[in-house]
Amino acid sequence: MKQVLVKADAGRAMGNVFAAARGRLPGAGPVLQIRARAFEVYERTGLPHRRMEDWKYTDLRALISEVLPLAPRPDAEALVRAKVSVKQVAADQAVKLVLVDGIFAPELSDLGGLGNEVVVRSLREVLENSATGAMAGLVLSTTSDSAISLNAAMATDGLVITVADGHAVERPIQIVHVATGLSVSTFTRCYLQLGKGAHADIVESFVPAERASGYQANDAIIALVGDEASLSYIRVAAAASDAVNISSAIIAVGARAKLDLFSMTCSGSISRYQGFITLAGEGTKLSANGANLIRDKLHADTTIVVDHAMPHCTSGEKFRAVVDDCGRSVFQGRIIVRPAARKTDATLTTRALLLSDKAEVDNKPELEILADDVTCRHGATSGALDDTLVFYLRARGLSEKDAQMLLIKAFLGESIEEITSENLRDFVTAQAEHWLQAGR
Amino acid sequence: MALLEIRDLHVGVEDREIIRGLHLSVHAGEVHAIMGPNGSGKSTLSHVIAGKPGYEITGGQILFRGQNLLQMEPNERAAKGVFLAFQYPVEIPGVTTMNFLRAALNAQRKARDQQEFSTPEFLKRVREVAGSLNIPRDMIKRGVNVGFSGGEKKRNEILQMALFEPSLCVLDEIDSGLDIDALRIVASGINALRSPERAMIVITHYRRLLEHIVPDIVHVMSKGRVMKSGGKELALELEACGYSQFEDAA
Repeated sequence: MKQVLVKADAGRAMGNVFAAARGRLPGAGPVLQIRARAFEVYERTGLPHRRMEDWKYTDLRALISEVLPLAPRPDAEALVRAKVSVKQVAADQAVKLVLVDGIFAPELSDLGGLGNEVVVRSLREVLENSATGAMAGLVLSTTSDSAISLNAAMATDGLVITVADGHAVERPIQIVHVATGLSVSTFTRCYLQLGKGAHADIVESFVPAERASGYQANDAIIALVGDEASLSYIRVAAAASDAVNISSAIIAVGARAKLDLFSMTCSGSISRYQGFITLAGEGTKLSANGANLIRDKLHADTTIVVDHAMPHCTSGEKFRAVVDDCGRSVFQGRIIVRPAARKTDATLTTRALLLSDKAEVDNKPELEILADDVTCRHGATSGALDDTLVFYLRARGLSEKDAQMLLIKAFLGESIEEITSENLRDFVTAQAEHWLQAGR
Repeated sequence: MALLEIRDLHVGVEDREIIRGLHLSVHAGEVHAIMGPNGSGKSTLSHVIAGKPGYEITGGQILFRGQNLLQMEPNERAAKGVFLAFQYPVEIPGVTTMNFLRAALNAQRKARDQQEFSTPEFLKRVREVAGSLNIPRDMIKRGVNVGFSGGEKKRNEILQMALFEPSLCVLDEIDSGLDIDALRIVASGINALRSPERAMIVITHYRRLLEHIVPDIVHVMSKGRVMKSGGKELALELEACGYSQFEDAA
């Protein structure tokens, strides 16, 4: 049956932007066909809207009134501004890979420190090179989600990173996305393949340069974690207060592999982070945690879908939200246990701290259990700071603000402490403290 | 001059008057016991001295070293040397006792224009104090009071008292939830902190605590007032006759 298409003006305008951009997008022949198919998937629904269950709290059709043109290639001045921002979010000892307005910037990146076992290429290079064209289908893979499909159709650049079997990458790899533009849109895509028994720490940072405002970013990362491999993936997103930031992650984890995932959204007018994680092999362990830190009138949505496809897998999720002023935090966490996924052990807790009477939180944990012999738990709470705890700390000499800060840090710490790498844990803690201090 | 001078204090909560014209004078070096039945206002008094929000002071004064305590924030009172040992110390997951102690101690020192302790200085100090109270090191590495037994929580209060070196210690039913052995340990920690420069107000229902911490003065409180004051023998009298005579008189 043919679906009836209902699209808002902005959604329709996207067709014009796509048509205008096609000639500038990297890749030809089969790549163009892949992009066209991805755009067709997007067009079936247009911009996601509230009648779609996964997007009910973040109605892009209502929230986005215009579609912005693709960002131009960054000029020298933009690169200088980006360099300053990269320094601000630098993770200790990390190898930096920098994307400026969606375009890979080798002059700001550090490609020499990774050795031969790690191959890094720009997405543009992969798509434009016919020898690697076979990868296009993989790196531009899509889902029924229209935001991801739109990203596949419009992806201008990004990174393709492969780590050889059995290789442990010594230094963390930090992918820094810098937005320098005004009223432009960017579409970035990264692809990560971790070989069998390999290990890597990946940090993805999003940061606006000074004067960047009003931009719209749609990025995606596709990651394949090989059997017996382990990946720590940390994402910390800050955006301009009038920017739209849609981020997607599609991750498949192999047998007896381990994935530690942490995502923290600190700002942005409208932010949506959606992670789709499939435990695709037996005996896999997943730790998926995160936080939304929101104030002013900002809106942050974190949606995580964990798909237990195979038996004997374990997943644990701890999500925290700290919301002040008129901010709104959304957390949707869905755990699917497929019929084959016997002996699944899955836990999800989401807790929100509201610092103002006007702050708003939507917490939606969901379990979809299709197998027997599984253990699944979920819990959700929201509330204000405990006055008794604040008084206890004040009676010991801490000012009211310092007492509140200490308690908020402790609240966030419940999730941050799940990051196994001490360096990365310190990095995330510092970013959270930066957000807290900025609000004092 | 008295260290603490309470004059005709009236305190209410939600239109209900709990303290009704209380007078109390405490000098440095003295240990005062305040006894009384449930609902007599003992804990309210301790909270008001420490500055807990939610109470309405409808009359009277509390002077600490001649300064109006009621105009100070709770943290300012702590920095001035007022310490409340809580009847029910709270649990704070995610904040280690060590970090909490360092933040609190340095906040007090900063407020007093003293140099903050460096990390090595602080560690040395806290280890000395914990050692003198036989508090195991792993206790101060854990979250504040998280998973502590009743006795451990009270020992943690005494540890803070020893570390912060306050001039006035208000001990709100420090004996509640303690078995005999824990009571003995806590009491010996408190006795070790008695000094000519420091005053203590020990709030309790029971005489047994006062066998371990012998007070200089005992007050009987009922219906928001001090009904009778006397020496340590007054506690014995209460043990024999109970509080009913004071409740009837109030």
